[in-house]
Amino acid sequence: MSEKIVSIKTYAIIFISLVVLTVVTYRVALIDLGVLNIVVALTIAATKATLVALFFMNVRWSPRLTQLVIAASLFWLFILLALTLADYLGRGQGWTHGLRYPAIP
Amino acid sequence: MAETDTLTTSHSVALVHQFDDPQQQRQAGELGMWVFLATEVLFFGGLFAAYTVYRLAYPDVFAAASNELDVRLGFVNTLVLICSSFTMATAVYNAQKGNRKFLIVFLCGTVILGLVFLGIKAVEYAQKFEHHLVPGLHFRMEGADQSKAQLFFSLYFAMTGLHALHMIIGAGMIFVLILMARKGRFSTQYHTPVEVGGLYWHFVDIIWIFLFPLLYLLGRSTAGH
Repeated sequence: MSEKIVSIKTYAIIFISLVVLTVVTYRVALIDLGVLNIVVALTIAATKATLVALFFMNVRWSPRLTQLVIAASLFWLFILLALTLADYLGRGQGWTHGLRYPAIP
Repeated sequence: MAETDTLTTSHSVALVHQFDDPQQQRQAGELGMWVFLATEVLFFGGLFAAYTVYRLAYPDVFAAASNELDVRLGFVNTLVLICSSFTMATAVYNAQKGNRKFLIVFLCGTVILGLVFLGIKAVEYAQKFEHHLVPGLHFRMEGADQSKAQLFFSLYFAMTGLHALHMIIGAGMIFVLILMARKGRFSTQYHTPVEVGGLYWHFVDIIWIFLFPLLYLLGRSTAGH
């Protein structure tokens, strides 16, 4: 019946974690890790986003239906990105030519 | 007549008749916001997809163009937004506890931090105009393919601009929440607008959490080499 009230202490811990992760992501970006730079950056960003969603947005205590809507939105985002990349990268060598001069059928 | 009386008294004042109880009403409101946020994920998702494709196509130009951005201001703005998310969460907590005074204090804090973010963003945009980094007739970036570098800045302005628009709407929304709180419209029983507003505000924060590394940090490791 009653809603879950998250304590200020929990919010403070999440807040400090977010600040620490922001500093970490900046520091790591200064080091040349090659391809891993973007992997680390996106992993940290996804972690931060998850912390905000689970605790600040109370998703951890949300009804199943709400969690399903969130999962669906992420799945649709995955379709958007995956099919777009499958198209462009699937064109093989020289796929960038189509970008600068849009192909006219 | 007696039955109507018991019905009205057993229900909270703010409960609309189509809902069984305050919990169902609150969850319906939150679900509605989440469905809207799902459309927002795809709204921003289109821009993120465009960014991904062009960055994969021109990684070096994107890295060089990214280094033209002011990473310090971007970093400070990230912290400002995280602080504003914390004050928003605290505002929701005080709404749940029925503490009107602190609800208003933390809502005001959130709006102020939101305006600080927008102020810093305005300073950044002004710098881009001064440095001829705004796509268009006067665009000029040293040592890079002009059309490709313009692509990066087009995406930069589109993504941060759309984000800033959301911040402006969010600030207006919290301002309305402050007015409602001052009128005593919220109670421990009914404070859904504060929670739903909080969801929107945190979502805008999440978008920035991704924009910061993608726009400001992608070329840092090769800067100055």
